[in-house]
Amino acid sequence: MSRIDQRFAQLKAARRTGLIPFVTAGDPSPEHMVTLMHALVDAGADLIELGVPFSDPMADGPVIQHASERAIARGVGIAEVLGWVTAFRSRDAETPIVLMGYLNPIEIHGYERFAGEAVLAGVDGVLLVDCPLEEAAVLRPLRAAGLQQILLAAPTTAPGRMAKLCESAEGFLYYVSFAGITGAGSLSTHDIAARVADIRARATVPVAVGFGVRDAQSAKEIAGFADAVVIGSALVGRLAGADGPDDIAGRVRDILQPIRRALDSH
Amino acid sequence: MSSTPDFHRWPDAHGRFGDFGGQYVAETLMAPLAELTEAYERLRDDPAFIAELDRDLKHYVGRPSPIYHAERLSQHVGGARILLKREDLNHTGAHKINNTVGQALVARRMGKPRIIAETGAGQHGVASATVAARLGLKCVVYMGAVDIERQKINVYRMKLLGAEVVPVTSGSKTLKDALNEAMRDWVTNVADTFYIIGTVAGPHPYPMMVRDFNAIVGREARTQMLEEYGRLPDVLTACVGGGSNAIGLFHAFLNDADVRMVGAEAAGEGIASGHHAASLAAGRPGVLHGNRTYVLCDDNGQIAETHSISAGLDYPGVGPEHAYLKDAGRAEYVGVTDDEAMEAFHLLARTEGILAALESSHAVAQAIKLARELPSDGIVLCNLSGRGDKDVHTIAAREGVNV
Repeated sequence: MSRIDQRFAQLKAARRTGLIPFVTAGDPSPEHMVTLMHALVDAGADLIELGVPFSDPMADGPVIQHASERAIARGVGIAEVLGWVTAFRSRDAETPIVLMGYLNPIEIHGYERFAGEAVLAGVDGVLLVDCPLEEAAVLRPLRAAGLQQILLAAPTTAPGRMAKLCESAEGFLYYVSFAGITGAGSLSTHDIAARVADIRARATVPVAVGFGVRDAQSAKEIAGFADAVVIGSALVGRLAGADGPDDIAGRVRDILQPIRRALDSH
Repeated sequence: MSSTPDFHRWPDAHGRFGDFGGQYVAETLMAPLAELTEAYERLRDDPAFIAELDRDLKHYVGRPSPIYHAERLSQHVGGARILLKREDLNHTGAHKINNTVGQALVARRMGKPRIIAETGAGQHGVASATVAARLGLKCVVYMGAVDIERQKINVYRMKLLGAEVVPVTSGSKTLKDALNEAMRDWVTNVADTFYIIGTVAGPHPYPMMVRDFNAIVGREARTQMLEEYGRLPDVLTACVGGGSNAIGLFHAFLNDADVRMVGAEAAGEGIASGHHAASLAAGRPGVLHGNRTYVLCDDNGQIAETHSISAGLDYPGVGPEHAYLKDAGRAEYVGVTDDEAMEAFHLLARTEGILAALESSHAVAQAIKLARELPSDGIVLCNLSGRGDKDVHTIAAREGVNV
């Protein structure tokens, strides 16, 4: 059983909603990246989504665009990201890590090479925004090496296609709560509840809801019908400019702990 | 059975040209792309749609555009005859209108009241704003802040046509970033918005659809060559940024094995300098803006900032069909520097009385090189894809002239 599957099994047994923070690797500080990852777990994260910076993040809003630009300016690439995962694993062998990003950095790194190195580092899955199911053949070496491909589903996904996604999904299915970019808009939880319920009835994997979750209130509403919530832009925005390990850990607690409490009191 | 491959069979049902192309986009866009593909596949064979498009191309765009024998230029160069396909004479001054007229008709038939576009040099933005005005559609154009600065005249033209021009300040603030921002708009407004991509890049069906709408250039040219010269040209040349005017010219000739094809990419300050935009000549296969193609990027896969004197060629990717034609050995792609393009611009102006766009000046420079290699009865057909009025300020500034 993969680390991701195991974690969701634990959550289910404990009847808890999972908390999945997203941070951009290398932001706010490459030096304190491993500290940041541990701080996420200490503040209640069940799984970490680590954004691999890309110069042309087409699906991301300004907050994550800017975080990526800062990380790239500091020279962050796949080698650095995998180095942080390796270092993190020396103290935490249980929290699943999913790398989120775009295809080109992996394409250029080489799929075989990436697969081997990522598994060795302790990565559990990949979520590649610009690699829909139809193009996923390129990811065969990753899956062969044991990395799970996390698929996205969106409000625009047609019913027939949704059935295919539910069939192919592994780890968990990431439901994009509205048609838009990361960090934009506001959620109408009422509208998405029925949709997520439908997906959960059909999928054999848990469903995480992301895009637009900002705070305890929105997280709590979603907890009523999802297996996990993803918090990205609100966290990345809060971390921007954090200075030193204590400041980073403090800001993580400020954002995540209220959400954790809201999820647990649901 | 013929051993000659059929280059007209691409793309396949998945939108691939050999190993290139495809649909590398966020899940949210898969449905609108499927909807667009379905609509376009239906319309491309619909006699009423074809008739409407043909009428617009004739009466609104001003087609057919002539092929013109640049006699004084040819004499000056020495060597083969240089013929120019005069896309600069189209309404709005470039080949871009061929595509926007077509896509706007698709948008209207799909019931989309709002169109968005990205633009580099501003030619595609102007062509989009133009057709939007004519059809009464709302139009938003995304343009890099750097490009807005160097293409002020086109920015003002778009505003006069009623379009909203949105400056893009992310990344390198040029064409690639404008494309990212337009994609973000589309993801957010998929229900009522039609995205008119201006080049043969992006996810399927765009590389196919934009090619089809520009392929009129080559179809006309092929017929004109046979009627007026009784033969096909020895070699075709066109500039390649994303590659829409080049594929437009090349496509009708792809199965004419004796016709050589050379794409002129922007070599900027020289490929060795690193300041260029020659994705095919100096890049490697990667994934950008929804398709697999040749890209300029570093070893971390970060897309490079490109340089060209011409905003329309300043793009780190290229249409996937060109990537395929390069690997298949059917077309060659070479670099032309800023200086060579400028020299060709002046030579054409002085010998023929034609101010070419800086983009097209790259093609003219390549045509000159090719003409020198051929005997005097040879023919080089060059796509003069746009006129140079928009570039007058850039050229004056480069040459230290205050206008």
